[in-house]
Amino acid sequence: MAKFRKKKQGGATGINTSSLPDIIFMLLFFFMVATTMREVTLYVQVTAPEAYEIQKLEKTSPVSYIYVGKPLQTSIFGTDVRFQCNDQFKEIDEIAEWVVQERQILPEDQRPRMTVALRVDEETHMGVVTDIKQELRKAQSYRINYTTRKKDN
Amino acid sequence: MARPLSPINAGSMADIAFLLLIFFLVTTTMDVNQGINRLLPPIPEEDAPIPEIRQRNVLEVLVNSADQLLVNNRFMELSGLRDEAIEFFSNPYMSDELPEMTPITERMDGALRGGDTARYRQLRRAYETLGEDVMMSRGVISLQNDRGTSYKMYIRVQDELTRAITEVRNQLTMRLWGVRFSDLQEETDMDKIRAVQTVIPAAISEAEPVNIEGR
Repeated sequence: MAKFRKKKQGGATGINTSSLPDIIFMLLFFFMVATTMREVTLYVQVTAPEAYEIQKLEKTSPVSYIYVGKPLQTSIFGTDVRFQCNDQFKEIDEIAEWVVQERQILPEDQRPRMTVALRVDEETHMGVVTDIKQELRKAQSYRINYTTRKKDN
Repeated sequence: MARPLSPINAGSMADIAFLLLIFFLVTTTMDVNQGINRLLPPIPEEDAPIPEIRQRNVLEVLVNSADQLLVNNRFMELSGLRDEAIEFFSNPYMSDELPEMTPITERMDGALRGGDTARYRQLRRAYETLGEDVMMSRGVISLQNDRGTSYKMYIRVQDELTRAITEVRNQLTMRLWGVRFSDLQEETDMDKIRAVQTVIPAAISEAEPVNIEGR
């Protein structure tokens, strides 16, 4: 004869958390795939402008970055627009030299494809950007990319 | 006698995963490398001859320090720039005011006569891909900005012009193959992309910087 035993009426059972690590791992993998390593520590404030028609930088071409904007630590560096080339501040007349150095580091076959990405704050005046472009032309580095955010239609 | 296996305590697994997660959150950024690609022109030599360009082939776009647009001496809102540029590059009614449209074969002859074999080969490849009833515009947009123009405005103008060029390319690819230019795949349609880019180049020229109104 079948016996029906009434379940023990214990206290509230704990929530099963054994799948918690799985969920966290899923999040972890998402972030590992969707993000890229920070190249440098930013010393300047850069809010990239928005644009509709944007292209991705070629994956194969080597990229150097110039960040242009107001310094984050205004108490130390002032409020004037400064240029950060990869990881250090440069004056405007040092940029051409820096670009040439950056190109020298690369293997010879990649040098013509070097791209300089300009990450310029949207509040900057064009005079500053024009100066940089002139310096790049002096250094015979003609490929540039204005970094922008994607604007939604 | 075999002892029953006690389960491994996995309670701290979540903590370890959290630690890793937070590490990646801090050290990585979301932004990808995307933007507007441009090729700067070399610095012209001192005594270089100024190439002669007819007035009708130039669309002069000026941006002043108050972010206002002047297109061929007419005041214009940013929203109207794209249509202006599309009309400029495609010249749909063969107007005398807008740039000359020449058949691709004529351009090939011109390159051959000028001894520019690299250009000839480039045009020849485009011709083989696109066929002969393709017209090429001689139009060039001349973009000039003031030192006081905001970078935001400059990028918007560049963007509108790029959109115009993409639109003109779309019109061509829609007519030939019924697809949009942006839908052509790099892996399979590289020759088509190259050909369209040859026939409709991103003809935006930036004037040598001048300082009109100061900073």
